Amino acid sequence: MSAPAPSVPRVDPAIQVRGLAKRYADVVAVNGVDLEIRAGECFGLLGPNGAGKTTTIEILEGLTRPDEGEVQVLGQRWTGGADRALRERLGIQLQETKLQDKVSVLETIELFRSFYRRGPDPDEVLRRVALEEKRNAWVVKLSGGQRQRLSLACALVNDPELLLLTTHYMDEAERLCDRVAIMDHGRVIALGTPAELIASLGAEHVVEFSAAGTLDVASVERLSSVRQVRREAGGFALIVVEPHIAIPALLAELARQNVELHRLTTHHATLEDVFVSMTGRTLRDE
Amino acid sequence: MSERRGLAATPLWQLTRVRMVGFLREPEAVFWVFAFPVLMALALGIAFRSSGPPRSRIGVVDGPGAAAVITALQAAHDLEVIRVASSDAEAALRRGRIAVLVRPGDPGAPVLTFDPNRAETRLAQLATVEALEHAAGRRDVVGATLDTRVRAGSRYIDFLIPGLIGLNLLGTGMWGIGFPIATARQQKLLKRMLATPMRRSDYLLSHMLARLVWLVMEVVAVLGFGMLAFGVQVRGSWLAFALVNLLGAVTFSALGLLVASRARTIEAVSGLMNVTMMPMWLLSGSFFSADRFPTAMQWLVQALPLTAVNNALRAIMSEGAGLLTVATPLGIIVAWGVASFFAALALFRWE
Repeated sequence: MSAPAPSVPRVDPAIQVRGLAKRYADVVAVNGVDLEIRAGECFGLLGPNGAGKTTTIEILEGLTRPDEGEVQVLGQRWTGGADRALRERLGIQLQETKLQDKVSVLETIELFRSFYRRGPDPDEVLRRVALEEKRNAWVVKLSGGQRQRLSLACALVNDPELLLLTTHYMDEAERLCDRVAIMDHGRVIALGTPAELIASLGAEHVVEFSAAGTLDVASVERLSSVRQVRREAGGFALIVVEPHIAIPALLAELARQNVELHRLTTHHATLEDVFVSMTGRTLRDE
Repeated sequence: MSERRGLAATPLWQLTRVRMVGFLREPEAVFWVFAFPVLMALALGIAFRSSGPPRSRIGVVDGPGAAAVITALQAAHDLEVIRVASSDAEAALRRGRIAVLVRPGDPGAPVLTFDPNRAETRLAQLATVEALEHAAGRRDVVGATLDTRVRAGSRYIDFLIPGLIGLNLLGTGMWGIGFPIATARQQKLLKRMLATPMRRSDYLLSHMLARLVWLVMEVVAVLGFGMLAFGVQVRGSWLAFALVNLLGAVTFSALGLLVASRARTIEAVSGLMNVTMMPMWLLSGSFFSADRFPTAMQWLVQALPLTAVNNALRAIMSEGAGLLTVATPLGIIVAWGVASFFAALALFRWE
């Protein structure tokens, strides 16, 4: 989600949510969510499937009515009736929408453009998403990435003040978002800038390894510079402060335990590591 | 940033255009709406064509007196005469190559051999006797005038074309409205459009407008083919004909909307459409007269909207009826349309 920066900084938040709850017959999809998203910031909502992200966004988009809580979008509430004025100001992309196959890129953009009173010319929108060369191609002929760009183009036809996008790429969220909220089981379990969230791990490097034989985990946990040890599919992951200290210590410990090392890799800690350390599950878990 | 004006920029126009191009780019859909009814009319029109009065073939056994008999029989237009050898005569009769065998009785009366149990051989024998008697000098005493003109609109093709138009109105209304709406719902396109300021009424109206454009094209295709290939005519008022088509199309579109109002998948909507259309295919008298069903069933048969459309179209095309004459079927059509439309509005789900 992002709100393009206005020329004069706004005081009002672009989105304000208090005590949001939504229940379906057999599940509680959203269970008390508070959010405040400032004008001009790029805000990401992350979490595994079923965490309540989609329901939360659909409530923000005015497509689903909450059971409880208050929602203000660009200073307005969804009323269920006279919402057209608010819709004029939003750009929306739904992950699951499939546009009509045998309609061209330009025809699709012209259609969506016609729903709004104001906005750039369709050709200008095509240029912004770099689809000029596919202008007259049918949707069915587009690659997956081109369809995503067309879907984005449909969200840009009215020069929206607020864009509500759906993305499934974690690394995009980490790179692009000013702030991120991580959701699980219908609640926000962490909120902050990507750097802050990663810093909450206590260290910013991850060492992953696999080894043959039985490992005494407790003694690995006591190694200097190691903050956390967790088991993962096919091995272990250590969250470490300084790899140049932790890795020689780990190798010495494995040799002492007489355990053979099969694989060792390192990477900078990501939001995925933050989620795993908070919940014990990966974001990709169904 | 610009404000776009003009008809081409209105949501209703854009929605209608996308519906139309989406349809015209589906070869299967175009085939079923336009080519299929024309092919059906062609096949059934040829199978049940009127081929003129039947001619009977008479065999005359060769020999003395044969020439005089042949001359007498050739004067009758509905007889075709061949000369057969005496040895082949019985075989020709048995195999049905000839209807009647004539043995000239030179001297004396000729002998006619035929099967009296079959209508066509009996007719051939009567025509043979008449031709022989005329040649011998018999004069007609009563002198009846024969009126052999074929009555307008009484052929099978005249019956069939209105039925095919009615069937097509039903099919296009159901498939042309129900299918795209269920597809858009399944693909979350309805939901995506709902997130824009688009008016819901524009969306539904665009389906109706696109439907009416196809209506003109499909009626012109089927009727035009019937007129050019078989000389089918619209004997009543063209205005009444157009009105029945319009009301029929709108009513079946409302029925398509109703069927698609809740269906979440294409499979579900296809099943519902077949359940709705099958009874009308069978009962509404598109291919044969609905009067053939038992009296106890007639209240049901006559209440179906397709029966009403077929009856009204036949009355206007074949019998030259005007609007007042078809008021009852028109009332049935409108009642179905209004009821279906409001039921669809009450039940419709955008997601």
